[in-house]
This record gives sequence, structure tokens and C-alpha cells, in this order.
Amino acid sequence: MTPMVDLFSVVLTFLMLTTTMRQPEPATVDTPFSISEKPTLDFNTMTFLISVDEKVFINMDNGPDTLLKFRPKILAEVGKNYGIEFTVEEQREFEKYPSSIGIPILKMKEFLNTKDNKVRDEMQEGIPIDSADNQLAMWILCARTVNPNIQASLKGDSKTPFPVVKKVLDILQEKNVNRFNLITSLEAAKINLEEIQQ
Amino acid sequence: MAEIIQDEKVKGGKKRAKKHAPHIDMTPMVDLMCLLITFFMLTTAFSKAKVMEIVLPEKLKDPDQKAPAVVGSRTVNIILGPDNKIFWYPASVKPEEFNNNPPILPPLNETDFSATGIRLLLLERNRTLARKIADFNDQVVSGKIVLSPDSVRSSISQLKKVDDTGPIVLIKAYKEAKYGNFVDILDEMNICGIAVFMFVDITWYEEKMVETAMGTAPATTASAN
Repeated sequence: MTPMVDLFSVVLTFLMLTTTMRQPEPATVDTPFSISEKPTLDFNTMTFLISVDEKVFINMDNGPDTLLKFRPKILAEVGKNYGIEFTVEEQREFEKYPSSIGIPILKMKEFLNTKDNKVRDEMQEGIPIDSADNQLAMWILCARTVNPNIQASLKGDSKTPFPVVKKVLDILQEKNVNRFNLITSLEAAKINLEEIQQ
Repeated sequence: MAEIIQDEKVKGGKKRAKKHAPHIDMTPMVDLMCLLITFFMLTTAFSKAKVMEIVLPEKLKDPDQKAPAVVGSRTVNIILGPDNKIFWYPASVKPEEFNNNPPILPPLNETDFSATGIRLLLLERNRTLARKIADFNDQVVSGKIVLSPDSVRSSISQLKKVDDTGPIVLIKAYKEAKYGNFVDILDEMNICGIAVFMFVDITWYEEKMVETAMGTAPATTASAN
């Protein structure tokens, strides 16, 4: 049994060291395929998750150094624009939250003070993107003020209706974001030279 | 692994039966390790998601600014339709032609996302450039040209930049299109090595053209803006 235990230890150590946890998303999304081989960025990204039922979620990272604390800073900035002040505990809670967030800003306090993850998931109703109450634009603006190097990524389900994606793209473009990363899964594609020669 | 060897002292003259050296029971540890390995294997994301970069043209904010004019003869208009259908028509159209009553709508060609559909169409029109890119890639693969991946990429974009024979593709999305179609069509642009492609808003007459092609006569949705 000793060799087996040895092997297990090695495998376990390897897995523990290399692991990057798969983050649970508030909505399951099947990303479309593409031939692009560029890997996703680790830092300085804001990801817009657009689910099949047209909800929009946002996620950003804390920056290359966790001491930068971009997430709570962005939250505080957004709160300031809506006249909401978040306590230190609430900001810390937001910093720790591992997944995308789709909470209207007025319900954010309640969301951050909820402890139960199930209740939290039910509260995720998507960020309002109507022109009357465009909170997504505010998030983008504040994210870019706090972290000027931030890049936009879009993660949509292949069955998401296009108009809502277009709306998100339009909002981003209004805020002068013209470069996007579309998150896709890799798919091999071959081109035949015969096809070209025909 | 860990065996504790006890000194066997012979006490008195009484000989004790030889005791087994005590073993540490490792079964719980192995169980736990199995569990942990399974947990880590399931939660680890081995393959990172990939990204496809796109740059959209800047919004025209100044009303005096005009969108750049494109050469009509090289233009291919691609409209993403419902149910994974693609409609396309060559050349440009003048909005005036559609203001007649009833409007004269040019017929749309229907195709799909298969290799013999839109890809063949684009490759045919982009033959010269696609050949150049394929030849260049062949040389890199066979080792005739040794370059870093970055310079390979910039050489290809240079090839695309100097090309003036390939099509100018305008991509438009009908309101019932899906996000997957959008990614697929951009992917086709990369596969076929299209040098110039743009994503633009669909116009009202193109929506009408799609509706006519789909056979759904616009009863209430026909708005002229």
C-alpha cells in the first residue's frame, strides 16, 4: 500500500498547487466556439455575463495585487453616485464574493448582508440596462475610473438573443470602450486548400 | 512506512510469545486522500477559456462626421437571420430605391454556417489573400521561415493590410439572431482571413428584405425608421 499512498500524495500535491478553482456562475452559460487560441487575461478585466434569459451580470477582479482592492473601490464609487454608502464590512463582503453579480444597486446592501447563498442566488435579477435606469453604464464608468487599465470581456450563451448583446455593446461604446474580448471555447477548424482553389 | 520496532526485553525467565510489530492503520488516510483528489480533479479548470478579440468602430458622436464610404463592387452584406440562417447580398444599395411604393427589394441569398455555405462563399471571394496567408502559414509550419508567434501574427496582419482584392464584409444582425451566430460569423472572418469586415447596424429596408425572404409578411412590425 505504501507506493500507492506515495503516488496519491504526489498527485494530491500537484493538484493542490496547480488548481484554479472553477467559479460558480449565477447563470449557466454555454459559450460559443471559435478558433481563437488567445487565453483569457488574469487581471484587469471586467466580464459581462449575459444569460439566455437576458439578464446581465458583471464581474471584475481585484487587480494584479490583492492589496489594490479594486472591487470594493468600484463598489464604493458606484454607491457614491447613487447616494449609498457602504460600510467596511459590506465592502469586504463584496470583495470576497467569488462570482458575477447581477444586483440592482438599491438592493446591494440587502444582498451583501444576506448570509445564505441560496437566498443570494435568488436575489440575482440582473443589472438594469434600460436607458431610464442604466446602472450598467455607471458600473463601467466607475470601473474605468478606479482601474484605467481594465479591459472588457463578454461572456454570453450561444443562445442569448442578439439584441440584448447589442445593447450591452452599445452601452460600452457610449463609454468609449471599443475593444472587447469575447469569451469562447476552443474548436479546431481546418481550411482545405482545395476549397480555395475551386 | 512507519514501523515501530520495540525492544524486546526478556524479562525474567518467562518467555513471551513474539509480538507483531504494531502497524499504523493507513486506511482512513488513504480514504481521505482519495476524496481530496477527487474533489480537486472535479473543481480544477484545466483548460482556460479562450478569448476572441474584436474592435468595433467608434460611434459617430459628431453629427458632421460621416461613416467612411466603401467600394460597392467589393462589398458583401451578410445578415444574420433567425434559426441560424444567413442571408447575403452583394454590392451596396441605395436607400432611395426602397422609398418607392411598393419598395423594390433585391432578392437575398440564403446560406448557412457549414463549410460549404458561408465559408466557401467567402473563400471564393477572398481567394488571393487566403492563398497568401495559407502559403505563409505553410512556410512557417515547415520551418522555411522561423519567426516568433508575435511576428507571425503581425506578418499576417501586414498581408491583410496591403491586400486590395478581397471582399469588404458588412455584418448585420436581424433582431432574431442569436449571440452564437455573431461569434460564429466573426470566427468565419478569422478562418477565411478576411481583411476588412465591419459590424454595422441593420437598416429598415434590410429588415424588410429578411422578412420577405422568410415569408413572414410584416404586418405590424414594419416601421420605417
